[in-house]
Amino acid sequence: MGSRASTLLRDEELEEIKKETGSASGFLLHELGEDNYQNSLSHPSTREVSHSQITRLYSRFTSLDKGENGTLSREDFQRIPELAINPLGDRIINAFFPEGEDQVNFRGFMRTLAHFRPIEDNEKSKDVNGPEPLNSRSNKLHFAFRLYDLDKDDKISRDELLQVLRMMVGVNISDEQLGSIADRTIQEADQDGDSAISFTEFVKVLEKVDVEQKMSIRFLH
Amino acid sequence: MDGTELAGQILYTWLTLVFGLILLPSAFGVSLGISEIYMKILVKTLEWATLRIETGVAKQSALKNSASIGIIQRDESPMEKGLSGLRGRDFELSDVFYFSKKGLEAIVEDEVTQRFSSEELVSWNLLTRTNVNFQYVSPRLTAVWVLGVIVRYCVLLPLRLTLAFIGISLFVIGTTLVGQLPRNRLKNLLSELVHLTCCRICVRALSGTIHYHNRQYRPQKGGICVANHTSPIDVLILTTDGCYTMVGQVHGGLMGIIQRAMVKACPHVWFERSEMKDRHLVIKRLKEHIAHKKELPILIFPEGTCINNTSVMMFKKGSFEIGGTIHPVAIKYNPQFGDAFWNSSKYNIVSYLLRVMTSWAIVCDVWYMPPMTREEGEDAVQFANRVKSAIAVQGGLTELPWDGGLKRAKVKDAFKEEQQKNYSKMIVGNGSLKSELD
Repeated sequence: MGSRASTLLRDEELEEIKKETGSASGFLLHELGEDNYQNSLSHPSTREVSHSQITRLYSRFTSLDKGENGTLSREDFQRIPELAINPLGDRIINAFFPEGEDQVNFRGFMRTLAHFRPIEDNEKSKDVNGPEPLNSRSNKLHFAFRLYDLDKDDKISRDELLQVLRMMVGVNISDEQLGSIADRTIQEADQDGDSAISFTEFVKVLEKVDVEQKMSIRFLH
Repeated sequence: MDGTELAGQILYTWLTLVFGLILLPSAFGVSLGISEIYMKILVKTLEWATLRIETGVAKQSALKNSASIGIIQRDESPMEKGLSGLRGRDFELSDVFYFSKKGLEAIVEDEVTQRFSSEELVSWNLLTRTNVNFQYVSPRLTAVWVLGVIVRYCVLLPLRLTLAFIGISLFVIGTTLVGQLPRNRLKNLLSELVHLTCCRICVRALSGTIHYHNRQYRPQKGGICVANHTSPIDVLILTTDGCYTMVGQVHGGLMGIIQRAMVKACPHVWFERSEMKDRHLVIKRLKEHIAHKKELPILIFPEGTCINNTSVMMFKKGSFEIGGTIHPVAIKYNPQFGDAFWNSSKYNIVSYLLRVMTSWAIVCDVWYMPPMTREEGEDAVQFANRVKSAIAVQGGLTELPWDGGLKRAKVKDAFKEEQQKNYSKMIVGNGSLKSELD
């Protein structure tokens, strides 16, 4: 009954905090601590997560956490068959873990998931002066950029592109063919002549793509 | 002195009651209707509780409890549709969107791992163990819950334990006695009697209410009975209505004693652990068994592991290579009264049985289905899938192509390679794919 009891406890805490602060962001206050909470208030996408969504995602988090220590490791993600057969599975799992760490807690889990929340129309006009919400178009593109940028130097080099392409196609395409695909892609995107794709160039190439629809997951209720 | 006398008196009355009201009727397959009354009271109570929760929750907040709906709306479009962009099909930097979206969807909610844990209930059934999202509603509900705890742990549990103990001992003694007889009709008759009586007692030990449908399709001698697997109790439920030949590994401990006792009275097929790995040996022995056509039907669970009774996972083809007539059976438990699923990674068999015995009841439906045989030009895998679909449709379960073994094992690389191949075909077209022979 252990993990169930802790979920129950959280609900009671949640309710208390909700009464105090009047919104589900109270949960985040509890999770993130005071200073980070102030930061997160300016991330409208995480603020507007509903109570029941958080509860269900927390349920999911604990069911994946086989070690029952409140954090997920890479193995916990690998246990999901549909993710294990995804060609980019390893890169996606990597996106959850901050630099050099092997465990991700619920806050980190939610932050990464927040990238995929749909952009509501009313949110576009909110908070023009504050920092961008995690699920803005720019941040979604940044997420995708980081899938390619293996060494995190803010550039996609030819090698990195080749490695990611190799992950996606497996053994089915020859090195030469893959190389020419990579060359073509860089040629089309590169504007400053450094044979690598920077984030700005990346954004330019994808300006006509409906990023909001392709990188959004619709949460029910 | 008085204390022990009193205790002795109570024990004596208790045992007489149990004997008269439960054991004797079981032996004759008659029901006195006590469990029906219990079930009626239980149903009324749970309905009342559901109403209280719904009104209570509506007062507080709009906490919609939709456990049966998913967390997210999954985009089921295949790779071709998901990837096609504005231009013709070459590699694009945006292709990574499709894979990352699919990956994140799988992380939030996937079809497979949820089948290895108990089903979430739509409305609370007054058991602490199922209280996931339900909050405190009213003092009256709490009072009923406390009453429920007392009834379950102080009244029902001792009764059930007594019955289980009696049932198992009778079984072991009975089969050993019958085993002394030479192999003839009398032996078979007595063995059946012992089996059925003890199974009925054990079912009462779980407060089981079983509805059998389409009994005209009950598995016949010389056939193979296949069913979806949720827990070891499945065996009990099926053998209450007829005798089967069991197939399985030899265990130690209590299970081993029961297995050895069973084999004395009628021929079951038990394998050593090392033999189980040799598929051909297993199939050979089973083939020999059904060749006689006079032996009891073999009972096999082709999923190979316990699934949580919301879906049917891949049927292993081994059972379908034996030949003979397959009699499919669908078993569906009603989770409102008690969760029958054995989560073997979380609970061992003893804690599982205790949990079952402290639930309200085990209610299930068993549908016997018309026999099926392998058709011309159909291989074992296709036949297995056909049977699986039939069982899924009958039992109202969803059908999954995934292997139940994924509970413990990693998924095979072949599936990932298939995804990679599909994607490669899309970006270069079929002709210029590197040949697999390279």
